[in-house]
Amino acid sequence: MAGWIEACGADDVDEEDVIRFDHEGRTFAIYRSPDDEYFATDGLCTHEKIHLADGLVMDDIIECPKHNGRFNYKTGAAKGAPVCVNLKTYPVKVEGGRVMIDVG
Amino acid sequence: MSIAEGQRAKTVRDYSLVGVSAREAVESGLAAAEWYHTDIARKEMKALMQRSDGPAIRDTAIWLGVLLLSAAGAIYFWGSWWSVPFFLVYGVFYASASDSRWHECGHGTAFKTRWMNDVVYQIASFMLMRNPVTWRWSHARHHTDTIIVGRDAEIAVMRPPDLLKAALMFTGLLDFRYSLPGLFRQAFTGLNAEEKTYVPEMEFNKAVIAARCHVAIYLATIAVALATWSFLPLMLIGLPRLYGSWHMVLTGLLQHIGLADNVTDHRLNTRTVYMNPISRFIYWNMNYHVEHHMFPMVPYHALPRLHAMIKHDLPEPNPSMWHAYREVWPVLLKQLRYEDHYLRRELPLTARPYRGEFHDFELAAAAE
Repeated sequence: MAGWIEACGADDVDEEDVIRFDHEGRTFAIYRSPDDEYFATDGLCTHEKIHLADGLVMDDIIECPKHNGRFNYKTGAAKGAPVCVNLKTYPVKVEGGRVMIDVG
Repeated sequence: MSIAEGQRAKTVRDYSLVGVSAREAVESGLAAAEWYHTDIARKEMKALMQRSDGPAIRDTAIWLGVLLLSAAGAIYFWGSWWSVPFFLVYGVFYASASDSRWHECGHGTAFKTRWMNDVVYQIASFMLMRNPVTWRWSHARHHTDTIIVGRDAEIAVMRPPDLLKAALMFTGLLDFRYSLPGLFRQAFTGLNAEEKTYVPEMEFNKAVIAARCHVAIYLATIAVALATWSFLPLMLIGLPRLYGSWHMVLTGLLQHIGLADNVTDHRLNTRTVYMNPISRFIYWNMNYHVEHHMFPMVPYHALPRLHAMIKHDLPEPNPSMWHAYREVWPVLLKQLRYEDHYLRRELPLTARPYRGEFHDFELAAAAE
């Protein structure tokens, strides 16, 4: 698995929201920020492997739905207990109304 | 609701977090398992999860206002019987209302503004004699492994139930007995082996510093009491944990007592109880406890809306605390002789049924 892959349509994600995207046995979270930018991270919380796509996006923060752990989804930085390990982020671009992520 | 009595061999429960049940929970897949959730459309869930400062600022102002006024009355009438009603109010708002504030602010859902959650969390932790670091992690574990024996550090009544201990909880004596020495132990010798199972190493030092801060305030309070040769400072700081915890225990015990353990469906192991508005204010709507466990992201002020939305999929709530205690009492008595006995919550016809994969871990383990 390498390079850019299509994750979803740009309109599939609401503003200030997140959706889940699964690809080749991996799961990702695709975010659309309040200022209409797109971001991508690993899909599971680094604390207890919960799907972040069920969580809440507030500005540049994603909050895990199980224990309320917070990450900055733009940088992947863990923002306090109970999360201690940063989230992996992926480059994102939008082409022709489709959201592409570089899964490396 | 009916009472279920399994035909299985007696289960051996080891509530230690480093014991046999802890190891079995991990091996059987009970630990950090997938849990049942009622289906809610993403749009509706987003609306429920939205944060707001308004309700919590209002409620915190009322909480602190009642504390200040009742403390003022207690101080003014100190030495006469007229101080007693003021202490009764002060104690409940100090040692019971602080539990729900600690809980909601620990989740980070009470306020939208993060620092407000953190400030109230620290104040409430102090009032409860809880280390704000270790308890944050123990509560995370409680949500990961709710009433999973050997994993959940917050099981209030274990099996077979110790009814004397449960009764003593209402006095606050047990919490006082374990919490205060616990803070001193953490302040001087650090975390113990059990705490180290759920607190990450990078947080150990923070926990010790927090314990030292609490201990310093208690020692200062004792010093003031000695200097003034008066119990009054202790009646205002520390001792409310003894005389004001009863409401926290009254409401909190009902969260899980007598229900199933080692299952992964909150409808089976958690209870929603309708309560009067004063108790709901003190308890910050945690009477909607199935809803809270199923969706911990939903703030306390949105729980009644969540309840209305998903009650078709949940067991019938107990209509009152009295009803809930009357229902569970015979179950506790039976658990004294047969600890596998529990109260099985019946689902309404509109609910999705219990699914075997969410609560047949014991059988699976036995089969192995």
